[in-house]
Amino acid sequence: MTNIMKSMITALAIFGLALPAAAQEQPISLVGDVMLEKVETNETGDSKTTLVEPGVIVPGDRLIFGTDYANSGSEAVENFVVTNPLPKPVRLASDADPELTVSVDGGKNWGTLGALTVTSEAGEARAAAHADVTHVRWTLAVVKPGEKGRVEYPAIIR
Amino acid sequence: MKTQTHLSLSLAATPLFLLMAMPAHAAGVSAGSLIENTATATYDDGSGPPKTVDSNTVVVAVDELLDVTVTSLDTGPIATQPGEEVLTFEITNTGNGPEAYTLTTNPAVAGNDFDTTVDNIAVDTNGNGTYDPGVDTILTGPATTPVLAEDENITVFVITTVPADVADTDESDVELTAEAVTGTGPAGTTFTGDGVNGVDAITGLTEADGSAIGSLIAGVTTVDLVKAASVADPFGGTSAVPGSVVTFTLTATVTGSGSIADLVIDDAIPTDTSYVPGTLTLDGGALTDASGDDAGEASAADISVDVGTVASGSSHAVTFDVTID
Repeated sequence: MTNIMKSMITALAIFGLALPAAAQEQPISLVGDVMLEKVETNETGDSKTTLVEPGVIVPGDRLIFGTDYANSGSEAVENFVVTNPLPKPVRLASDADPELTVSVDGGKNWGTLGALTVTSEAGEARAAAHADVTHVRWTLAVVKPGEKGRVEYPAIIR
Repeated sequence: MKTQTHLSLSLAATPLFLLMAMPAHAAGVSAGSLIENTATATYDDGSGPPKTVDSNTVVVAVDELLDVTVTSLDTGPIATQPGEEVLTFEITNTGNGPEAYTLTTNPAVAGNDFDTTVDNIAVDTNGNGTYDPGVDTILTGPATTPVLAEDENITVFVITTVPADVADTDESDVELTAEAVTGTGPAGTTFTGDGVNGVDAITGLTEADGSAIGSLIAGVTTVDLVKAASVADPFGGTSAVPGSVVTFTLTATVTGSGSIADLVIDDAIPTDTSYVPGTLTLDGGALTDASGDDAGEASAADISVDVGTVASGSSHAVTFDVTID
């Protein structure tokens, strides 16, 4: 056997081993995207909101972060939890769904925003605000085979 | 703005960006900051421990907002006189990225009673708020500020010359305008790739163009000096003959705004006359002829009275007598 043939066999062996392992572990796929919410007001004063690719973005702009999930496997999965840490340069928009499960302490404690408090260094507790949110999360009991869906949250660039 | 999509595997190559701190500024997140969003799912598939999967990471870069404000730091119109006058302004970078500004002045603002000449624009290099010639850096044409960080401000001085023919209470405005070097325009004007680290730059609500007005009001004070003489001859008449006594009255009247300092009234004793010792008065009060003991002094050659600071609208009279030789 020549050295060239030896190395080809080695390469095939590695390729052959890696491929099924990857396919087995990914029945669930997540695809994230971000859109810029643009409000355009026409001459008559009516405003129209559209989602566009984020072209130019500056502080104060409103972004919609979305994640598409899909179960491409043959088995249902349970206790499906999508967790999304908020990027530091943004804050959760104040019109986000009040029922959204959020964390204001880096993912330690969870609840609706209205149920959470923030404790200052001096030990004083106050109601948590949208700007305090560090993570958002969605929970589904079951994602059936072939089921797909989308979760999203609105954020404002700080 | 650049949109990139990383696979989560390639995240290992991005910690450099993650280290870039994003302190909160009035103007918001710094230009060039990356917004990176990744979602993670956990689930049970019925075999073994819960599984985890990451989404791709969506990365967008924050673009550069171009904004500026200019304010006058003078508390009100500066009382001025012909000659050099300094107006003080503050320029603040209210955008979210480093930016320099081109400065221009307009000394001929509509409505001015008089126009000044702008000699120089200087930066308050030593930061003491006062123009120090030779210390504070003069900006040479086109006058451009150093690059200001977001939220940073600098004090600049506009050095003007007030014309000699200015009249009392005349007013003049001087306008200073700062324009972002990257560009200006109606809010939303975009300069592709011209921002920090190659992001786009976009004008904010200030249109990246700010200006402010500093005002001057001329406080010109004038002194009118009137000399009058009355003659008393030895015979009870008013003829100017040898032996007649002439009383001179010097009246100084100050008009205009403000006051004048160190007003000194002096006069020479006319030839062929002789000063009558002990006759010097100021506003009716006697002064000695000696120097140093009061405001006045007199000799055979001249008289001098130091009236000091005189407020506008007042007048002072000095009298002295001579005899005709």
